Amino acid sequence: MLAILAKDLRIELRTREGVSSLAVLGLLVLLVFQFAFPERPTPEAAAAALWLAFVLAGTIGAQRTFLLERENACMHGLVTAPLDPAMIFVAKMLGNVVILTVLQFLVVPLTVVFFDVAPTSRLGWLAVVCFLGNVGFSAVTTLFAAISVRIRAREVMLPLLVLPLVSPLLIAAVQASARLLGDGSAAEVSVWIQVLAAFDVIFAAAGWLLFEYVVRE
Amino acid sequence: MKRLGSWAGPGLPWIVGPGMLGALYLIFMVVPTERVQGIVQRIFYFHVPAAWAAFLGFVVVSVASALFLWSGRAAYDRVARAAAELGMIFCTLVLLTGPIWARPIWGAWWTWDPRLTMTVILWTIYAAYLLLRSFGGADEAVARYAAVLGIVGALDIPLIMISVRLWRGMHPSVIGARPGEGGLADPSMRFTLFYTGLCFVLLFVWMLLVRLRVLRVEDEIEAIHRRIHPA
Repeated sequence: MLAILAKDLRIELRTREGVSSLAVLGLLVLLVFQFAFPERPTPEAAAAALWLAFVLAGTIGAQRTFLLERENACMHGLVTAPLDPAMIFVAKMLGNVVILTVLQFLVVPLTVVFFDVAPTSRLGWLAVVCFLGNVGFSAVTTLFAAISVRIRAREVMLPLLVLPLVSPLLIAAVQASARLLGDGSAAEVSVWIQVLAAFDVIFAAAGWLLFEYVVRE
Repeated sequence: MKRLGSWAGPGLPWIVGPGMLGALYLIFMVVPTERVQGIVQRIFYFHVPAAWAAFLGFVVVSVASALFLWSGRAAYDRVARAAAELGMIFCTLVLLTGPIWARPIWGAWWTWDPRLTMTVILWTIYAAYLLLRSFGGADEAVARYAAVLGIVGALDIPLIMISVRLWRGMHPSVIGARPGEGGLADPSMRFTLFYTGLCFVLLFVWMLLVRLRVLRVEDEIEAIHRRIHPA
């Protein structure tokens, strides 16, 4: 499992294809939002822009999860390897988590600057929300990227499959971030963090159990 | 399923048809007009049962999907597919009849009330499921992908429910709580609602059986075709 993860990350480190294109894409989404929003944006708008940049860039980035494996029938090799398919899922999901974390490290500061919000003392909580949102999103997209890579019209299918399913995650992440970027109480944030954590647990488990049925030849 | 279909298939139309006519009679002739909302309120007797049928569709899709992955039998896959198509129809009916009522009563075609938000998200999951099936082609792998989506979609429902409740629950709502079944004062109103609900469920079952027969015949033709023209 670690070998797959290390391999994917090494490819990424050497080419920097995924991260660099995602970073620019995230920046662009933030810019477009800046143009679309009124002159004095609120913390709510900042949170919305932050997570939309993440989801849009993340969905496009996740397309790549299994694209590399298509070349030279690598996926076939992986599946026939003496390895629990669930492990492939975990490795691929962690790979996505790492790449999306890099994206977040870029998008979050940019949001703070562009939207002129100050997450002063609650940076740690914001990091928790970002991490939980990242894990849940990666779990769903990894599972469905494995599906979309095997069917026609895959560019359209992945967002179609993923976006409705991540809507609770998106609502929770935006609400929590809006309160952290503005001035919400800790109690308000904690309930959303619970929703995010529940989402992560449920979908990581679902991916773990169902991945086998997706990759079975 | 096959045996059930052999008697329920021809028998159900004779129950559902008159039953629906009876429902129309109850809705337009028997039930008293609601005092505050007026005549528009009568659409509720179609709106709420359609929502039940849509939800039933979702349950059938997820159960059949799980059974299909577990057993690998094509029959369960056909059940999931037929139920998804029907669920989509009823879910669309819910989303169409709702605004007709909401416009005069709430003053807006649409609000982001938890139930509305939830229904529209469920609709998009159904839509994704059906698109996956139609884009994916007919092979056995696509049936597995659809089954995965059917299960994951069902797992998502409680999360969607919780998050949309919290999302709107935190804001003071301009519009008060929606008059639910408990708000139906007259016993004949409640009877009509449950009677119509039963009719919708039977209609759902009948349509499901018809669709299943079509899908089964399609599969059989496909099998015969492959036997005559081996790829």
